[in-house]
Amino acid sequence: MSTPTVRIFVESRPYEVEAGQNLLSACLTLGFDLPYFCWHPALHSVGACRQCAVKQFRNENDAKGRIVMACMTPAADGVRISIDDPEAHAFRAAVIEWLMLNHPHDCPVCDEGGECHLQDMTVMTGHWRRRYRGKKRTFYNQDLGPFVGHEMNRCIQCYRCVRFYRDYAGGGDLAAFSLRSQVFFGRHRSGVLESGFSGNLVEVCPTGVFTDKSLKRHYTRKWDLETAPSVCVHCALGCNTIPGARYGTLRRISNRFNGKVNGYFLCDRGRFGYEFVNSASRLRSPLMRGVGGGPAAPLSDKTALNRLEEIIAGSRGIAGIGSPRASLEANFALRRLAGPDLFFSGLSGQEQALAQKALSVLKAGPARCVSLKEVRESDAVLVLGEDVTNFAPLLDLALRQSVRQKPTRELGGVIPAWDDTAMREATRHQGPLFIVTPAPTRLDGISTSACRAAPDEVARLGFAVASLVDGKAPAPLAVDGEARRLADAIARALEEAERPLVIAGTGLGSEAVMEAAANVAWALSTAGRPAGLCLALPEANSMGAALMEGGPLTQAVAAVESGEADTVVILENNLYRRAVPALVDKLFTARNVIAIDYLDNAMMARAGMVLPAATFAESDGTLVNSEGRAQRFFKVMPPEGGVKESWRWIEAMAVAAGALEKPWGTIGSLIRQMSEEVPALDAAGEAAPGDGFRLHDQKVARQSRGFSGRTAMRADVNVREDRPPGDRDSPLTFSMEGFQDRPPAPLVPRYWSPGWNSVQALNKFQEEVGGPLRGGDPGRRLIEPAPGPPAYFNQPPAPFARRRGLWLLAPLYHIFGSEELSVFSLGVRQLAPASYLALNHADAAGLGVPARGLAELETEAGFLRLPVRLIDSLPDGVCAVPVCLEGLEGAVSRGEYVRLRAAPEE
Amino acid sequence: MLSDEEKEEINAAAAAYPVRQAAAIDALRIVQRRRGWVPDEAIAGVSEFLKMPAAELDGVASFYNLIFRRPVGRHVILVCDSVSCWLMKSDRLLERMSGILGVETGQTTADGRFTLLPSVCLGACDRAPVMMIDEDLHTDLDGENIDKILERYE
Amino acid sequence: METPLTANIRPGREPLDIAAYRKNGGYRAVQKALRSMAPEEVTGAVKDANLKGRGGAGFDAGQKWSLVPMGGNAHRPKYLVVNADEMEPGSFKDRLLMEGDPHQLIEGAILAAYAIQADAAFIFLRWEYRLAAGLLKQAIAGAYRSGFLGRNVLGSGYSLELNLHISGGRYMCGEETGMLNAIEGRRANPRSKPPYPQASGLWGKPTVVNNVETICNIPHIVNNGAGWFRGLSRTGEGGTKIYGASGRVRSPGAWELPMGTTLREILEEHAGGMQAGYRLRGLLPGGASTDFLTPAHLDVKMDFGSVETAGSRLGTGTVIVLDNRSCPVGMVLNLERFFARESCGWCTPCWGGLQFVAQLLTGIEAGQGRMEDIGLLERLAGMLAPGHTYCALAPGAAEPLASALRFFRDDFERHIREKRCPWRDA
Ligand SMILES: Cc1cc2nc3c(=O)[nH]c(=O)nc-3n(C[C@H](O)[C@H](O)[C@H](O)COP(=O)(O)O)c2cc1C
Ligand code: SF4
Ligand code: FES
Repeated sequence: MSTPTVRIFVESRPYEVEAGQNLLSACLTLGFDLPYFCWHPALHSVGACRQCAVKQFRNENDAKGRIVMACMTPAADGVRISIDDPEAHAFRAAVIEWLMLNHPHDCPVCDEGGECHLQDMTVMTGHWRRRYRGKKRTFYNQDLGPFVGHEMNRCIQCYRCVRFYRDYAGGGDLAAFSLRSQVFFGRHRSGVLESGFSGNLVEVCPTGVFTDKSLKRHYTRKWDLETAPSVCVHCALGCNTIPGARYGTLRRISNRFNGKVNGYFLCDRGRFGYEFVNSASRLRSPLMRGVGGGPAAPLSDKTALNRLEEIIAGSRGIAGIGSPRASLEANFALRRLAGPDLFFSGLSGQEQALAQKALSVLKAGPARCVSLKEVRESDAVLVLGEDVTNFAPLLDLALRQSVRQKPTRELGGVIPAWDDTAMREATRHQGPLFIVTPAPTRLDGISTSACRAAPDEVARLGFAVASLVDGKAPAPLAVDGEARRLADAIARALEEAERPLVIAGTGLGSEAVMEAAANVAWALSTAGRPAGLCLALPEANSMGAALMEGGPLTQAVAAVESGEADTVVILENNLYRRAVPALVDKLFTARNVIAIDYLDNAMMARAGMVLPAATFAESDGTLVNSEGRAQRFFKVMPPEGGVKESWRWIEAMAVAAGALEKPWGTIGSLIRQMSEEVPALDAAGEAAPGDGFRLHDQKVARQSRGFSGRTAMRADVNVREDRPPGDRDSPLTFSMEGFQDRPPAPLVPRYWSPGWNSVQALNKFQEEVGGPLRGGDPGRRLIEPAPGPPAYFNQPPAPFARRRGLWLLAPLYHIFGSEELSVFSLGVRQLAPASYLALNHADAAGLGVPARGLAELETEAGFLRLPVRLIDSLPDGVCAVPVCLEGLEGAVSRGEYVRLRAAPEE
Repeated sequence: MLSDEEKEEINAAAAAYPVRQAAAIDALRIVQRRRGWVPDEAIAGVSEFLKMPAAELDGVASFYNLIFRRPVGRHVILVCDSVSCWLMKSDRLLERMSGILGVETGQTTADGRFTLLPSVCLGACDRAPVMMIDEDLHTDLDGENIDKILERYE
Repeated sequence: METPLTANIRPGREPLDIAAYRKNGGYRAVQKALRSMAPEEVTGAVKDANLKGRGGAGFDAGQKWSLVPMGGNAHRPKYLVVNADEMEPGSFKDRLLMEGDPHQLIEGAILAAYAIQADAAFIFLRWEYRLAAGLLKQAIAGAYRSGFLGRNVLGSGYSLELNLHISGGRYMCGEETGMLNAIEGRRANPRSKPPYPQASGLWGKPTVVNNVETICNIPHIVNNGAGWFRGLSRTGEGGTKIYGASGRVRSPGAWELPMGTTLREILEEHAGGMQAGYRLRGLLPGGASTDFLTPAHLDVKMDFGSVETAGSRLGTGTVIVLDNRSCPVGMVLNLERFFARESCGWCTPCWGGLQFVAQLLTGIEAGQGRMEDIGLLERLAGMLAPGHTYCALAPGAAEPLASALRFFRDDFERHIREKRCPWRDA
């Protein structure tokens, strides 16, 4: 599909550009260096900074022209402009001079120095001499919490921060205060920024007002960071990231644009959750426990490998327990070692069932599993059961864009889509967005309707909607009154939409909810309204684990108990988080338990042998996100000491076991074998160019041209400059000698371009500004729905009935706290709430629990004593507990009925 | 937080608009009329009552010059310092006021009686120089009449 | 000479209440329009009257109204906003009209609202106009009671709610799109244009903003017709105009005179000439944001077109007089400080440019200027041109600056040369 183009003239030369955009984005797409501040490709134009001024001429004979703001002027057919015009040039220089009036010129001590858009634009505009002799305005800064620093004196009042935080991300606690040249951007009072997307301020702010506090703790300039393309490991959406490392520690995560996935933004868990990589609880060398337990002793690499060989040689059968947070490659290696029959997914029975359900629904069709981009573009959405803000955070941000689609379209092109203020003024209403969940969500505020229901009722409402859209879809019994009216309204809104979308997932632990969502999407597709389906999954490679087809944990335990396997290899998996302890304990009855992981945890304390694994930052691999998109991540830094990539440990075992004739040697050959042996993954190798890929005979450099101190980096150890570590696994090199220009999208290690040192250099990597990366956005979709009529799920659940003396236990999620790895970051831990039990007022009163009192909860996993938090909208007979907060690991088996009683105060 | 009378008055003001939040400025002024200024608790109270974020409300409050976010004296003096009054020597007037009251502009007298503020044009340029004390306009000011005027404000 | 706008105004006395106002022919225009004129006819009459907006920009009122979407498909509700902010330094004409004859404004507002079929109207009044606030509140209540406001006005089927909004105080609120934000309870930053308020204004709905004086003319146009209205003027622009004068003139004040009365007549006849011991050095013809004119311009006719030809703007028509014993640099500094202080902080040329301008002028006035500062100020004034900024505040600020540098350049140079203000101790 080709978009219509228009012809514009720049310096009297004609150019074809895409229609419907403004002159600034057109000029940037054409490669002109035109400075700007308030404009942002995702936030669009407001015309506040006046930096992008150009001269516009009425026609060929108009020699005088007039100054216009490129960002506010349509790139209409025949428009003639000049960027070089002396008057325009002088005006742009004046704007920079004004912006710099109050700026403290503290670049040497500023965290933004060297990647500052303001620096770049100042140089580009040619402002170099200071004429202002007056006083500068000064401000007090605020403490904005553990993630984002604040240095208001550097502010240039471009308003991007509030436009992102409030308008785009829906945050309420950041605002502009006061006026004239004294506008203050901050919170009402000092305090933690409430939005889970606050970290994007670091990249959105064109100078050093909002900075990355996690970076500050181990500060490194951009040019001194080693960087490589990577993928976020903190939920299943698979946002693309650029981690940066120096001296063997990870220093920060920045956004890596992927138009189909995260676009320009990350959530705070993804941006700030990386510190587990540097954690003191990292395992750095192999450990071995003597017979009969006792503390584990470190081993050298060589001894460890010898011991491994012995163990493997003496094993009757090896059970391989995979992981939804390990790469496809590591899982595949394990499958190879254990054999398909003794390879297990590493998921509990329930998790396994949910993941398989999600996969089968998405494969069955006809609804398409959508990308985040398609979520942003949806114009009517039904969310069934998911608290996406806390479970799959970037979905929240995407939905905040989707609710603007319909009102925008209704304006019928009267206001150009890029004219942000005008568009927001004219489209005050939002939606439609319907949310049906047991507990309140952050998105309720922008929803057309948010209603609370027990999980089975959520499913029943979905079934009801589906049956209203397509009479062939089974209708649940007894949906009437309020619920029926809501179902009607939802059905109507979805039917009227051009791009309807249904969101559900595994968060609630209910297969019925996913079935209901599938029915709705399928019914819409059948009714000629091709609907998208988005199923949120819990972990970075949950979808990969489902595609790998291993049995659940219960089967692994059975294999151990039957004696079929006497050695267990556990890959990057703390099973105590997902299953009841009694079940996990049984694994440890095996003769040998070998655990491969990067952080010390309850598993490590019991395994006979512990192998230190590389994290995402020190390894390569492929993750399949909830869309079914395989995405490759690359080492940012080499594994050091005894640490090895999981697949390499397994490779050694597989060779010893005779499961592998000869070592793979590189991840590339592993991937080739994986594609051959696992049909579902045959295209996974296409996620990125292979290790043999070269550009002008060069590998892509992980270090920038300006990388400094290389000869001195290890001078305290050895004054001889070491050879850079080799990297056989990828077309990237741990060196500055290598390809520094624009590699293919999946290999882009950083955004940098001559004159563009900040993240804004990204413009130069896109086919058109704001559009896909050159050569297409990275990743390879592995799942496409089968066309044809749907096979509806036909067993809507019965109405939810509360049981006497019992409560249905529903899971709650917290963006900070519910995810395993990110809590190792200081800030994330600080913001994770303490454990609690949620009840509605009436239920709490019935139990005799006072507000802020304690309750005792009896689950399959044991007793828990928890403070009660009242959430009034929780349905009667439903209680809820946050998933995996400290002290609650493994506690919440979803869909269970539990006993509650008031606990005596201590 | 807000008193019942304040809430009632804010509700009455909000009735003029299709959107509750539009009453933000009215609400701030209602609070200020009763309390002299707008303390932080009032920002919290109004923002909750109008269902808008406190940050946004304070962003509004800090934009307007007649919303006081710091305590003021019992009487607020606004001395016009715009062009027509300047031409009629309002700078001397302001100096004189400052001398009489013993405070700089922006300050409140030690006894809490007056706060002295410069003001944009009060729209009485034909009778310059002028000032307002609370809700009263005083015009054609010269050295002599100031003391008498001030006496009227306890 | 007819003075319809001020006919009911009796200096020093209370304005007419609704009964007296009606006795003097008040609300006849509302009756006439609602009973016998289609909304488009009212707009047509105003268009024919050639009524230029009195808020300062001089945009044709009838034409503004005709850009409002009419008919059944138009977005609803629609709004009328009366701009009673009058914060332009040196301007005090709207105060006269509101304090002198509040019902005239309300009648005008009803007619304007009817013409665009507005469902609700707001009068946006600055807080400092306490007297006007009280009078307007009373008058609005009276108009409701008499059935000129509210549901089904005079049984015509047309309904209108009119509310008084009192400002939190900022010059920016007077800018029409800033005003919309202020009424919505937000920061009074301007909005981007297009779309114009007529298409997307208050709460994104069609809205017209008009100045007090503009609105006060409407009843008379409806009553007496466009021809009569055009005949009131000495030039092609219809009607009378409230002119004013402040500064060292003998009797400062405001007067309703035929549109196009010359500066000389205003200053010499009505303002009584300069006070003894003072000479005229220059003047701002229509408020702080207009270019200086000099004694050489005294024969300029004060209408929008003629003043523009003379190199300035009619603005609000209230003249500010610079005498020979006041420092021109000091006056410009006073003006620019005002603009810098009142900048909303949205666009760089305004908040940055004006901070820079004010700082340079402060230096010169304090005797710390450098010769190159003059050229710098000139270039800065040129940079703050219309179109370069988001709204007209900064371009307005540039007008007195640029013209002062032209007409009073010697005075600037003297400050710099003598390293002091020559008027300081005078
Ligand atoms: C900074 C600024 C302040 C303004 N202040 C006022 C004002 O106080 N009163 C007013 O009527 N117009 C003011 N205007 C003009 C208005 O924007 C608008 O043009 C006017 O209200 C339209 O009414 P009219 O067409 O009846 O003149 C101001 C404009 C600017 C740029
Ligand atoms: S010119 Fe710009 S900063 Fe100044 S008031 Fe207008 S929008 Fe605000
Ligand atoms: S980028 Fe165009 S005005 Fe800011």
